[in-house]
Amino acid sequence: MRDIQYAAPRSLDDAVAILSEFGNRARILAGGTDLIVQIREHVRDVDVVVDGKRVSELMELSYTPEGGLTLGAAVPCAVVYQNADVVRAYPGLVDAASIIGGTGIQGRASIGGNLCNSGPAADSIPALIAYSAVARIAGPRGMREVPVEEFCTAPGVNVLQEGELLVSLHVPAPPAHSGGRYLRFIPRNEMDIAEVGAGAFVVLDESGERFVSARVAIGAVAPRPLFVPEAGAALAGQPVNDESLAAAAAAARNAAVPIDDQRGTIEHRKHLAGVLTKRALKGAIDRARA
Amino acid sequence: MTTTSSKYRVIGTRPVRPDGVDKVTGRAVYGADVVLPRLVHGKVLRSPYAHARILSIDTSEAEAIPGVLAIITSKDLPGATASANLGEGGEVNLAHLSANVLARDKVLYTGHAIAAVAAANPHVAEEAVRRIRVEFEELPPVMDVRYAMTADAALLHDTVFTDTAGEKASEPSNVAAHLIFEEGDLEKGFSEASIVVEREFVTATVHQGYIETHNAVAEWRSDGQLTVWCSTQGAFPVRTQLSHLLQHPISQIKVVPAEIGGGFGGKISVYLEPLAAILSKKTGRPVKLMMDRAEVLMATGPTPGSYMRVKMGVNAEGQITAAEAYLAFEAGGYPGSPIGAGCMTVFAPYRLQNVRIDGFDVLVNKPKSNAYRAPGATQAEFAAEVVVDELCEKLGMDPMEFRLKNGAKEGDWRAAGPPYAVVGNLECLEAAVASDHWKSSLEKQGADGKLRGRGVASGYWFNVGLMSSCSGRLNPDGAITLLEGSTDIGGTRASIAMQFAETFGVDYDQVRPSVVDTDSVGYTEVTGGSRTTYATGLAAHEMALAMKQRIRDGLATIWEVPAESITDERGTYTSGDKSADLKQVAQLFAEAGMQAQVSVTVNPTGHGGAFATHIADVEVDPDTGKVEVLRYTAVQDAGTAIHPSYVEGQMQGGVVQGIGWALNEEYVYDERGQLRNASLLDYRLPTTLDVPLIETIIVEVPNPGHPYGVRGVGEVPIVPPPAAIANAIYDAVGVRMLELPMSPPRVWKAIASQNGA
Amino acid sequence: MSTELLSGKVAISATVNAEPATFVCEPRESLLEVLRDRLGLTGSKEGCNNGNCGACNVMLDGRLVNSCCVLGVECAGSEITSIEGIGGTDGLVPLQQCFLEGAALQCGICTPGFIVAAKALLDQNPNPTEHEIRWWLAGNLCRCTGYDKIIRAVQEAAQQMRG
Repeated sequence: MRDIQYAAPRSLDDAVAILSEFGNRARILAGGTDLIVQIREHVRDVDVVVDGKRVSELMELSYTPEGGLTLGAAVPCAVVYQNADVVRAYPGLVDAASIIGGTGIQGRASIGGNLCNSGPAADSIPALIAYSAVARIAGPRGMREVPVEEFCTAPGVNVLQEGELLVSLHVPAPPAHSGGRYLRFIPRNEMDIAEVGAGAFVVLDESGERFVSARVAIGAVAPRPLFVPEAGAALAGQPVNDESLAAAAAAARNAAVPIDDQRGTIEHRKHLAGVLTKRALKGAIDRARA
Repeated sequence: MTTTSSKYRVIGTRPVRPDGVDKVTGRAVYGADVVLPRLVHGKVLRSPYAHARILSIDTSEAEAIPGVLAIITSKDLPGATASANLGEGGEVNLAHLSANVLARDKVLYTGHAIAAVAAANPHVAEEAVRRIRVEFEELPPVMDVRYAMTADAALLHDTVFTDTAGEKASEPSNVAAHLIFEEGDLEKGFSEASIVVEREFVTATVHQGYIETHNAVAEWRSDGQLTVWCSTQGAFPVRTQLSHLLQHPISQIKVVPAEIGGGFGGKISVYLEPLAAILSKKTGRPVKLMMDRAEVLMATGPTPGSYMRVKMGVNAEGQITAAEAYLAFEAGGYPGSPIGAGCMTVFAPYRLQNVRIDGFDVLVNKPKSNAYRAPGATQAEFAAEVVVDELCEKLGMDPMEFRLKNGAKEGDWRAAGPPYAVVGNLECLEAAVASDHWKSSLEKQGADGKLRGRGVASGYWFNVGLMSSCSGRLNPDGAITLLEGSTDIGGTRASIAMQFAETFGVDYDQVRPSVVDTDSVGYTEVTGGSRTTYATGLAAHEMALAMKQRIRDGLATIWEVPAESITDERGTYTSGDKSADLKQVAQLFAEAGMQAQVSVTVNPTGHGGAFATHIADVEVDPDTGKVEVLRYTAVQDAGTAIHPSYVEGQMQGGVVQGIGWALNEEYVYDERGQLRNASLLDYRLPTTLDVPLIETIIVEVPNPGHPYGVRGVGEVPIVPPPAAIANAIYDAVGVRMLELPMSPPRVWKAIASQNGA
Repeated sequence: MSTELLSGKVAISATVNAEPATFVCEPRESLLEVLRDRLGLTGSKEGCNNGNCGACNVMLDGRLVNSCCVLGVECAGSEITSIEGIGGTDGLVPLQQCFLEGAALQCGICTPGFIVAAKALLDQNPNPTEHEIRWWLAGNLCRCTGYDKIIRAVQEAAQQMRG
């Protein structure tokens, strides 16, 4: 690996200060399961790794039924999916957290880091988008918020400016009769990057037979994870049946602009975008009705 | 699932292996764990191009980095022009091996080694590698076997001329060899067929996938003694290769085999050992080199991708009347694919009269291929077994019945090689038919629209014998030290000690086996070729007999009785009223100034071939193309299972490698010849979640060429899985998959095309 | 700025296999390199160096991690358990014994990772189903055994540990 320097700031201000000093030669180190490998493989040129795990805001995990979830950017996936509140209120996030890499990866990797790595196939991002998560960012000019669907701009690139870091994700409290689900298609049964991923969050009426609203996001089919408002629009106010699900699936297929690569073909990915959207919606519906 | 070797005392039991405690506690020393005083570290510069001429190499910037001690290129390797027999692969062209170790005027695949650096630590070595400046002239890459055979393709070598059955062509070519096997009258045979099936197949390059990467530590002392520690399947073949490549006296080279983290045929040719040796000579320090995973995938020896055509004809009674195969294997940058073995195994499970097999060894800009568990057989038998399945379908004949009807057995002639000796093909088929798996019914419909199917396939591998040595001595406490040279990849210390114990008449835990270096035991061929339990076990057996004789001869002198009057029973030697157990024998010998110590070398030719029959149940999701293996049974003839747990282990491991080969493993190259998936993220080995428990049925048709009937077991289990799974997919969804791997995009596309989508 | 920037050789104190340990390393060295090359604990192995094979598994502050994806300098004050900290002079733990008796290893290179990972599973789930075992161990690659005997050994060990 190239020679790097290491800093472990103890406060958010210190973290911002050191990131501002080194600009794009510094990067936050959370779980490290992406960054360390990328530096080693010369994919990212970083001179200074700034360990975020000693900054308490980045390690926070708190939930209230009114306020929702505050998830620090460096909280490992293993902590997320072992938290009873998260399991109960955000099962779709748990779906994602439990399939990022394997168990050993999940002992370190964080959802915040997964978002900041900004891979088009990142597993957490469609789930975050479906749950209407918002990114809280700290920087030299203070704090700001960005909805997760606007966070990634290109493969590996996001809205963070020099000196900025992701502090936490805020996920609103889910209303009654709602449910979320994330799933992905991979060639094996674990350890693969998604060929296609789909996250869905639905709010049903009291009878459970009609959609009040829905949010669908798809991954690995565009330069960044895609929020598909057309899919939600096709479901709002509609009955829960094959027809409405098919319409949402079609909207997802239309939105998908995948490439051919060593993980899948354009044709297969377009097709899967529809299949997985339908399956994610079905999973979300089951959870909303439970 | 267990065997019935109750006629033996030790053989057939399942003792704990002697090296086991070290391996479950992390104490076992693998090649990368070797540390020496003043050790320095090396890294290799590799080609970024698939095909290019090297115009110049400038190491000056790299040499200036603090901590860099030496840099070498091919000019530091002596010229090598001879060929040598290095074991499992037959004759090896040393000029090619040398150029593969460090490229001379051309690089022939992305990742081809060009230079090596020794430095204070691996990080500095890596930095130095990145500062070596090489000027290349890029050449058009040749990435496909069929394209490589055309006149349009750039030539990889202008010194390779197609060898057609011994005759060399006059113009250079990318086709290094054209093998022809022919018997009977093919035309007549096809004219007698009422059903003929002909299919084309393509298989991708696949890697052995051992979890331990390659490593080597070398110490070249000022007195010329070179010691090398490395992860290898054969310390002696490494020694031979080094002696040739370095032009150094073989007696001054000692190779110490470290514990090995998997080989499967891929750790026989040297890669890092010569580099470590020369760097050590130049720096005067011991040097350690290790490959990272990307280097292993890019620049070691995967098994060939292939293009194949198989055509078979059967008459109305279901008898095969003719069989024809065209097999083109990608040798990689240098000739030497296992095309011969592919030709010899393609139709091996069947009795044939009229057959023609054409095999081609073809150069492409991919790493030089190497052995991978039954090399060449998996590709070839995939093609034949899928055609057989289609013949069965068209005949309306049960696939087991077809195989029993046409199955090769003892005395049957075959297309390539002598008639079969005692073999267990029919016995495996019968055991498969009688199995729980075959007798169980399979619901065609799974949950959520998934479809299920069952497939079968046969497999054959001929195994090898070759040379093994053992030596041993009786210790004062009555235990026996057994020295052998077979690296223990899968529990062979135990199976070798068990054979010694059986013959010598002692308990298993009275034997202390050690795997030792090339100074400490006689010549021993690779741990590979399914030969270790057979040949090194035979050496241990012969050693037990020799030691008994030595004891009798010694006691005859000590007791002043004829040696023939001495009998032995379970380690107690008796003549008249004189008797001694082994501890007493040792004491008597010591008092008489003698030691019970023997050395034995064997070179057996009575190795037996191994047949297998596999059954696979799969579930296919037609919406996605995903294939799950629900249930898998491997039936295999082991001759006699010395240690049944390790025989089962070979079967299960081979099956899962075959499943990976069938479903997901492939090298993905872009049009520039860059390997896109040189990582375990995207080179997809099966995980625990991708396979079920693997049922094993060991059939025992003892091999008369071994005192305990042993047959090699390690290789044949990888042969049937791709065909068994392809045939199961056909049963499930009605599409014939003719390309490996049968990954979800391909399966989905095949189903969608069939449905007219 | 009040944050110290560490470069060159850094001294780190941690607890390794229940004993205090101090090591000196550069920021670019992974915990795996530190264990193997600085502390002489070569039981953890490098199989892929990018978190895909589990051969480098250790426990870090109570969680299973891939030590190739952790920097040594991140571990100040941490508790690390490697394969060398399991069993040892007290003898083998049931998992190790079951691996041996069940022939759940062939070449053995993946075995330390599997034992560390399986122990982490059984410590938190003493009665896992076959699926749960496979799920937990999906990040540990084995190329020799086909996993069958490994799964059985973990089940057997779990049963023994439940008494």
